Amino acid sequence: MTSPNEPRTTGAVGAPINRVDGRLKVTGAARYSAEIPVDDLAYGVIVQSTIARGTIDRIDAGEAEQLPGVIAVMTPRNAPKLESLQKFEREGSKGSRPTGRALSLLQNDSVHYNGQPIALVIAESIEVAMHAASLVRTTYRVDQPTIDMATALPSAYPSTEKIYGREPPATQRGDLQAGLAAADVRLDVVYTTPMETHNPMEMHATIAAWDGDKLTLWDATQNVHGVRGTIAKTLSIPPEQVRVISHFIGGAFGGKGSAWSHVVLAALAAREVRRPVKLVLTRRQMFGPVGGRPHTVQHVTLGAARDGTLTALRHDSTSSTSTIEEWVEAATLATRILYDCPNEETSHRLVRLNVGTPTFMRAPGEASGMFALESALDELSYELRMDPIALRLKNYAEADPESGKPWSSKSLRQCYALGAERFGWARRTAEPRSMRDGDQLVGLGMATATYPVRRMPASADACIYPDGRAVIKAGSHDLGTGTYTILTQLAADALGIPLGCIRVELGDTDLPQNPISAGSMTVASTGSAVHLAAMAAREKLIQLAVTDPRSPLHVAQHGAVEIAGGRLTLHGDVDRGESIEELLARNGGQPIEGRADAKPGDETQVYSMHAFGSIFAELRVDPDLGTVRVGRLVGAYAAGRILNPKTARSQLMGGITFGMGMALMEHTITDLRSGRYVNADIAEYHIPVHADVPGIEVFFVDEHDEHVDPIGAKGLGEIGMTGVAAAIANAVFHATGVRVRDLPITLDKLL
Amino acid sequence: MGTVISQVTTVDVELRINATTRQLALDPRTTLLDALREHLDLTGTKKGCDHGQCGACTVHVNGRRVLSCLTLAVAAQGKDITTIEGVADGDQLHPMQQAFLDHDGFQCGYCTSGQIMSALALLREPCGASDDEVRECMSGNLCRCGAYSNIIAAIQDVRATHAHEA
Ligand code: FES
Ligand code: FES
Repeated sequence: MTSPNEPRTTGAVGAPINRVDGRLKVTGAARYSAEIPVDDLAYGVIVQSTIARGTIDRIDAGEAEQLPGVIAVMTPRNAPKLESLQKFEREGSKGSRPTGRALSLLQNDSVHYNGQPIALVIAESIEVAMHAASLVRTTYRVDQPTIDMATALPSAYPSTEKIYGREPPATQRGDLQAGLAAADVRLDVVYTTPMETHNPMEMHATIAAWDGDKLTLWDATQNVHGVRGTIAKTLSIPPEQVRVISHFIGGAFGGKGSAWSHVVLAALAAREVRRPVKLVLTRRQMFGPVGGRPHTVQHVTLGAARDGTLTALRHDSTSSTSTIEEWVEAATLATRILYDCPNEETSHRLVRLNVGTPTFMRAPGEASGMFALESALDELSYELRMDPIALRLKNYAEADPESGKPWSSKSLRQCYALGAERFGWARRTAEPRSMRDGDQLVGLGMATATYPVRRMPASADACIYPDGRAVIKAGSHDLGTGTYTILTQLAADALGIPLGCIRVELGDTDLPQNPISAGSMTVASTGSAVHLAAMAAREKLIQLAVTDPRSPLHVAQHGAVEIAGGRLTLHGDVDRGESIEELLARNGGQPIEGRADAKPGDETQVYSMHAFGSIFAELRVDPDLGTVRVGRLVGAYAAGRILNPKTARSQLMGGITFGMGMALMEHTITDLRSGRYVNADIAEYHIPVHADVPGIEVFFVDEHDEHVDPIGAKGLGEIGMTGVAAAIANAVFHATGVRVRDLPITLDKLL
Repeated sequence: MGTVISQVTTVDVELRINATTRQLALDPRTTLLDALREHLDLTGTKKGCDHGQCGACTVHVNGRRVLSCLTLAVAAQGKDITTIEGVADGDQLHPMQQAFLDHDGFQCGYCTSGQIMSALALLREPCGASDDEVRECMSGNLCRCGAYSNIIAAIQDVRATHAHEA
């Protein structure tokens, strides 16, 4: 970037600084949504259905209501009717659903999945509320639910809605059949992935407090403005009357992107009992009512010439959704752009099950889809007796094969090379079961990683105060992603003010409008807005100096003024200048404000924008027990400008760890008769723990991208997760000769 | 057969937390975790499961690590309880806290109090020297953000530089 009014960097961006909110987190002082002190609080506990499909016949809250300390029990019998939902029902499918997601708000007696909220107890304490919840008696008229993905598969139907409102549900290029006919080698396989549950360490939590007709929600959300909009529409009140606050979030991973039932229920309850209500889900309640990753059944067909050139590629994904809402796991989007294959078809289909509606879960679509695609490439490499990296390089896409657009930047070749070198790929002998460590089978596997660059409109304010300090405001979020930190760094460089003198405010609808913090787009969206807001404030400051006759910089060339360390100086003459405090004190002591309403330009029309990487796994399999121990995971990524290598590395390690869970452990199990979530806790739903996680090594490929956004960064929240499941599955095959096409790779599948 | 409780009964409870004695009237079913979070505004100790599965609620009772979600407040009387709020010396972070900061041993921060309390207890436990042994001893503390590698680095750093203090 060489534009003349770009600041000469003061070096904050790109430095591996510690998290600016770190001190609050290591001392326990950071307050998450359930931890806000609010007077006169009542406690809500949700009661859930115990059947998967049917109608509530009788719901008896009498015993619960009589328990001392119980304030109210809301059931479909007495819950306030929501005009917005009644209107939506009347209009059929014409209007848009006020709640966004299909929620369970005690408006009727229908039950669509096991664990659906059917009542809410409000009491003076958690203990009483939990006890009372156990006393609500319900009887049902039970209908036969559809639970089993395998048996329901014949009912699959094509998805017709655009995915994310943008991407076509199905694509076709070239002539697939001709490509298959021309192939020397063909592969036709089915991969399956199970339902998974986000399980952030912080449970979903909402405190709802009314002050007259104004509602404040302290909500564990990654989308304050989105929640405000949903709540306002659902309750039929103006959005200005709703304030949503989310300063710290204990992990989200997509699950906290929507206003789920409990958020609305908390608001309704607080209005009914005329007291603030705190509603924290239990860990068990996180399975079903707040989304998860759906099942997928993915059919992949490949054709290739002897030399590895792909001649045909088909990827059809069928994913599960609920009976109340369509939600598509966009599993084939990565397939459309990853390899330069002239003949290709992709599609998405849906199966309706009596389960909670699925939602975005870390690398939604890419994580599950790339397990299939990158496993299939590995299978093909064995068919062809070709090195897996060489096969991928053979089909390297120099431009986006789907749109034909050039990449804004792509450094995948370098990622393969760097990853392979750091991992020691060269020592791998190709034959399965050919590498051993004592009696343990050793496996080495790799896969490609990729995730699109997404950007949405975002606004930010930058305010420089007369004491030389600055405050940045944006209604975005830090989910552990480092947002507070990298925004501080961006502002420091743009303003020329030291890091320690900048405060960033996030997570409040009183702050400028920002999109959901998801899809790896916070840096591109909010980061760009903050950069531009800070640049605007900087311009005003310089303008003030060069037009102030009492300033040493009076009549200096605008572009020749630099700001660093809180001082404005003339380029090449550091003695000529003054501090921000001096300048502002002389000019009425008023703050300087910069505002940016940033949005993507036409770059998406011109370029295809994606981050890329490579991921390598080394593991050991016990030939007698089938246990898999991952020894090393090495990833190399090119994601544009890295704003903070320390937090960036952590985010990628987190994604890789999440991917390891997907590969080897994670599986939300439903009882096929009752639809009950069988392993609805974090002892039975396995996620990686310390002892599972090996050394993870993350490397960056230097990449400069002038097109993606004003700060040249691509986002890192999801890409670490992509490809990991395939790299591990490929390494398991290399170790054992057993190809597991059904996640997770548990030991029973290897014996 | 439900047990009908005729009124909310409370018991007087005295807890010594971070060297301060606190008096409370609690529902006898109140866990130490809920006593801290809901009655004493000591929210640094986190609830991640309420079932002894995640370690987010780890505190020290008489110097040993304990899951406060599985401990009734009444049963913690007469003992010395230390929470994350009692670890730093005023503004001076404990070396373990500083190491977590320097090694980026957390992301969302929600498991962090528990990780640090476990790590501090581990310094006094017969844990072997290797990374793998530390991983084993820390495996009761889950981190969904996947900060594990950095947490181990932080702990090993403190063990190497502050071994004499353990
Ligand atoms: S909250 Fe105590 S172990 Fe999870
Ligand atoms: S830092 Fe988020 S769970 Fe550990």
